Amino acid sequence: MTDVTPRALDARLAARLTPAVAMRAVSPATRDDASDAAISAVAVRTEQLDAMYGGVAAVRSATLTFTPGRVTAIIGPSGCGKSTLLRCINRLHETQPAARVRGAVFVDGRDVYAAGTDVVAVRRSIGFVAQRPTPFPSMNIRENVVAGLRVAGIRVSGTELEDRVEAVLQRTGLWDEVSDRLDSDPMSLSGGQQQRLCLARALAPEPRVLLLDEPTAALDPGSTQRIEELVYLLRGEVTTIIVTHNMQQAARVSDITAFMLEGELIEQAPTRVLFTAPSDARTELYLTGRFG
Amino acid sequence: MSALAAPSRVQRTERMARRRRMGSFMTVVVWCAALLSVVPLILIAAHLIIGGARVLSPTFFTALPAPPGVSGGGVANGVAGTLVLLGIASVIGMPIGLGAGLYLAEHGRTRLATIVRYLSDVLSGLPSIVVGIFAWELIVRPSGQFSALAGGFALGMIMIPLVARATEEMVRLVPVALREAALALGFTRWRSSLQIVLRTALPGIVTAALVAVARVAGETAPLLFTAFGTPFWSLRLDRPIAALPLQIYNYATSPYDDWRAQAWGGALVLIALVLVISIIARRVTRSRFGAATGGARGD
Ligand SMILES: Nc1ncnc2c1ncn2[C@@H]1O[C@H](COP(=O)(O)OP(=O)(O)O)[C@@H](O)[C@H]1O
Ligand SMILES: [Mg+2]
Repeated sequence: MTDVTPRALDARLAARLTPAVAMRAVSPATRDDASDAAISAVAVRTEQLDAMYGGVAAVRSATLTFTPGRVTAIIGPSGCGKSTLLRCINRLHETQPAARVRGAVFVDGRDVYAAGTDVVAVRRSIGFVAQRPTPFPSMNIRENVVAGLRVAGIRVSGTELEDRVEAVLQRTGLWDEVSDRLDSDPMSLSGGQQQRLCLARALAPEPRVLLLDEPTAALDPGSTQRIEELVYLLRGEVTTIIVTHNMQQAARVSDITAFMLEGELIEQAPTRVLFTAPSDARTELYLTGRFG
Repeated sequence: MSALAAPSRVQRTERMARRRRMGSFMTVVVWCAALLSVVPLILIAAHLIIGGARVLSPTFFTALPAPPGVSGGGVANGVAGTLVLLGIASVIGMPIGLGAGLYLAEHGRTRLATIVRYLSDVLSGLPSIVVGIFAWELIVRPSGQFSALAGGFALGMIMIPLVARATEEMVRLVPVALREAALALGFTRWRSSLQIVLRTALPGIVTAALVAVARVAGETAPLLFTAFGTPFWSLRLDRPIAALPLQIYNYATSPYDDWRAQAWGGALVLIALVLVISIIARRVTRSRFGAATGGARGD
């Protein structure tokens, strides 16, 4: 059986294979076993989603389905609306001035844009990590990790809280690096550590959907690899949507890839299929590096 | 004809030399400007220390002002009064200034915000004696009484625009991504404002607020017909209260030599007070991670 751990894929890709070639090297069967574990993860679906900045539409009638427990990568040239689409899912888009949304986003079958929806509750059930690390400078490392639990009013005993902190820091590969300084300033960490702290913070409340907006774009290879490994490990538990402009990364971590262009979804397919046999000519052009 | 030709090596070295000369000349110019900018401070400090140190003694801090002709005497009531006035001013000026600044930072584009920002600029440009007259009209005249409250109120009014603008600026420096991270984590808007944005901006705001306190600590004009001053010991908020600037003013303009010496002493104490306030508050607000990071942050 082909080894598809990110590390192994990484090694393969390190040999500067094009993504398409790399994907061919992966046995198809092994890519499809993740959903079996999808118990708690939920489906996400956008329907005819338009997202505007003022009068300008950054996303146009995007209809996408994100399979529970799978990793979906959104790729496309810079400015094509990947981040905007992602931020519509947890209703972050509308927090910007003059930003508007039309259409529907179903999370676990419920439209988060339906009237009377508790926006805060929606956001609490969805983890989000932005491109640049955003640890809260006013909190120490431990407080950062539990910030989401605290704000949700989740009361747990001191020892359980400590256990959770340790568990989630273990998963993000930070525990060994910060266990002796949980009380110190998160800004003293390296960029990669800060980003993994943000990932830990997003995961601590145990979200069932995880939104990652180019989480490794600003990171060193080591931290990138840790984060990719974690995304891989979370398959089954969490429905992950990762925006990336790095096609190798999409090939490494995702089960399904969606390609966007100028605000529109061009096609969405199993990653292997999209990279090896795209059905749209524009996807092929993009993958072969002819635009974007 | 030769304008486009590549410069010869000699030309090039000459140009380099000219640049270097110009560079060193400008360095000297800005160095002198920097030096001149601190000269007044050094002169004032030296003058104060020489003039004020003579009268400084333990009793200067514990005694009440002595009548003319009687030697000794101190500024105990003035120090206490100034602290009380600054306390009242802070209670009024800080929350209002902080709230207004937060509002301006977060709703900066609205019409109301534009108006508030403009008026706040006007207020900060208002001569402080006008603020004193306002406090007199509003509090002293109706109550028929000079009072600490009226003085503190006047100083608080002066603090509001200072704190508001500083807060707005500091809050604007907090990256949007940080607020979004909080919102995405399930913080409500106001919670992210207070717990994330404001707290992140806090060290800067506190520093600015202290500058505001220091600034009003030396204000004399707005106190002339509000706090009024008293030679006696009083901490009552509804009665006239002593204040260091008023005492300095009275002493300095008096015909008695030993009173004028006391003015120097009072001025020295006032400066020291301002210094102490800012040092203490800096310590307090220096990021609570100061120990862990060797105090690299916080200023
Ligand atoms: N705050 C904003 N105000 C106005 N236009 C914006 C804003 N953010 C993004 N846009 C525009 O929306 C489009 C999509 O942006 P974005 O979703 O960030 O693209 P991507 O993440 O794919 O690079 C771009 O054309 C961009 O210029
Ligand atoms: Mg983006």
